[in-house]
Amino acid sequence: MKRVTFNWDKGILVFLVLTTIVGSFVTPYFANASNFSFVIQDIGEFMLMAIPMTFLIISGEIDLSIGSSLCLSSAALGYSFRHGIPFWLCIIIALLVGLACGLINGILVTKFGLQSLAVTIGTLALYRGLCFVLLGNQPVNQMPLSYTNLGSNSIPHTFLPYVTILIVIFGAIGWTTLHYTRLGRWTFAVGINVEAAKFSGIPVARLKLALFAMTGLMAGVAGIVYTFRFASASPDGATGYELSVIASVLFGGVSIAGGVGTMWGVLAAVLELGVIRSVLQLTNVSANTLLVVSGGLLLLSVAIPRAIELSRNRRKLVSSDSKS
Amino acid sequence: MQKRLTRVAIAIVAVAALAGTTATANAGSAGIKGGLKIAIMPKAVNNGYFTAWAKGGTTACKEIGARCTYLGPTTATGAAQVQFINQIIQQHYNVLVISAADQNAIVPALNKAKAAGITIVTSDADVDASAAASRVTAVLPASSTRIGTAEVDWIAAATGGKGSIAILSAAATAANQNAWIAAMGPYLTSKYPNMSWVGGTVDKSVFYGNDDATTSTQQFDAILAQYPNVAGIISPTTVGVLAAAQEKKAKSLTVAITGLGLPSQMGPYITDGTVLKVGLWNPIDLGYVAVYAAAEAASGTFKGTVGSTFYAGNTKKTKKTYTVTAGGITYLGDPFTFDKSNIATFAAIY
Repeated sequence: MKRVTFNWDKGILVFLVLTTIVGSFVTPYFANASNFSFVIQDIGEFMLMAIPMTFLIISGEIDLSIGSSLCLSSAALGYSFRHGIPFWLCIIIALLVGLACGLINGILVTKFGLQSLAVTIGTLALYRGLCFVLLGNQPVNQMPLSYTNLGSNSIPHTFLPYVTILIVIFGAIGWTTLHYTRLGRWTFAVGINVEAAKFSGIPVARLKLALFAMTGLMAGVAGIVYTFRFASASPDGATGYELSVIASVLFGGVSIAGGVGTMWGVLAAVLELGVIRSVLQLTNVSANTLLVVSGGLLLLSVAIPRAIELSRNRRKLVSSDSKS
Repeated sequence: MQKRLTRVAIAIVAVAALAGTTATANAGSAGIKGGLKIAIMPKAVNNGYFTAWAKGGTTACKEIGARCTYLGPTTATGAAQVQFINQIIQQHYNVLVISAADQNAIVPALNKAKAAGITIVTSDADVDASAAASRVTAVLPASSTRIGTAEVDWIAAATGGKGSIAILSAAATAANQNAWIAAMGPYLTSKYPNMSWVGGTVDKSVFYGNDDATTSTQQFDAILAQYPNVAGIISPTTVGVLAAAQEKKAKSLTVAITGLGLPSQMGPYITDGTVLKVGLWNPIDLGYVAVYAAAEAASGTFKGTVGSTFYAGNTKKTKKTYTVTAGGITYLGDPFTFDKSNIATFAAIY
């Protein structure tokens, strides 16, 4: 017997389509090219960071320092630009700094056996502090327009901002890696039962180190996107982004306990959060209400799958009771 | 189905357009286009100072027959503000009056808004000087010189124009405070011959409270310990002046105090005579004047070039002319003074 089961990540897709349709009806300002361009630009950094965060949370770890890592790579870009280093080299430095942020987290977790929650709460503050050490209270501006225009302009002949290219490339890599490769299967296996994964020969420590490094590197990529988009580097940039990234990963159906989740669920969730924010804003919902709505959505995303699970279990219990 | 959708959309747009026409009918002042759609955007909402700022802006909107919306993020960051700038581009506003939460990060978004035909005026906080072209003008409280010299006048009024003076500032690196203090030094020497600085020169008479209540109180006590004959203390920061007033009252001291203070915080101390007068700019006026500047620019009667002028006010009596100075900056004028005569009114506002 074939049964259609409800999955939260399928629900997100339905929700996304519904929001888009409703949005097109309730406000004339929503369904047009320039607005879609704004929405994509708005969620660009979050998309890029949600991809590695999905791996990390499925594997049972977390990186709370991702917003500070973004800021530190942006600050490194700004700092090296301020000191006259060629701009292309500044970009490479920013990527390396992001990678280093992730590696440090990964080494502390895997080599010293520390909990990632505690480690990354520490590096959240540490990396942020380094942003201020690098830039002081002075943000860096007047970067070359040929680069920063990539952050605000669209791909010629389309309405799509340049960040779309990065989202498509890294989204595709993340998707195939998570669901169609050994690395992806290992990630799930480690998240479901780390002891069993060790016994079945999965190099757990190396895998986790790689996932942390990847997360840092993607924070570096997001840091460059962020720097271009705002045409500046500031020591207080991307404050609070870590919570938005983690929230959208959870909203996308990834279990905070690890072992469960899909890449497309997360990508759809980030998009949905951008779309719903846009619809609410364009219907003149106040910023205070926006906060309430985004918090409420996150609660629902955790509560509904749990409620379904509970009701299924009860049904199972009832049926097994009646058998005995 | 597609056709019906289009028809619904057209109907919505038509209704919106009609609503626009009605607003145009009661256009206010001559020279300003009626029915302008104006966005007033603070660094962050839920802040009393910006609520007062927007109140002035909204009053101006009523006078000129514009439709005003007060909107902005809940956190004062450039990234959060950009989402709202994008919103007003989408909603085809004519005018944006904005207090820049980040002097750089909002610039690309402002340039987009400008390209979309939106007239932009910054107010309260400007964008970086390198991006001055993104807005018509910046309507700011007062020049550093005026803020510095006004504080010297207030302390002279409180001490009877004689005695030695010290300064309780914010952080040693605070750019605004340092600029104001630099203006105080020569002004006190030339205008008030019977007054002097406790340390001989103004630079040697500054104590730093770091905008922290406890540190400010400690530094206030340090001034009195080091210079028992100090006649007056100027604190050009809201944290410092409040700490000084509290300490003066607690210890029943005679030293005169003035500075830049929030009327709501300083109200009790002015009412009971602990402090004669403090000042700050009036955010209501700031928002009011900025909306006029922006509306005139949107109507083509004001260009924002250095030396060009615009007016604010809708009656002969209230009408005032403002001139754009170097860097495209328009100053409101003198900082606003609070004393017993007006403190109750403003304490209730911000």
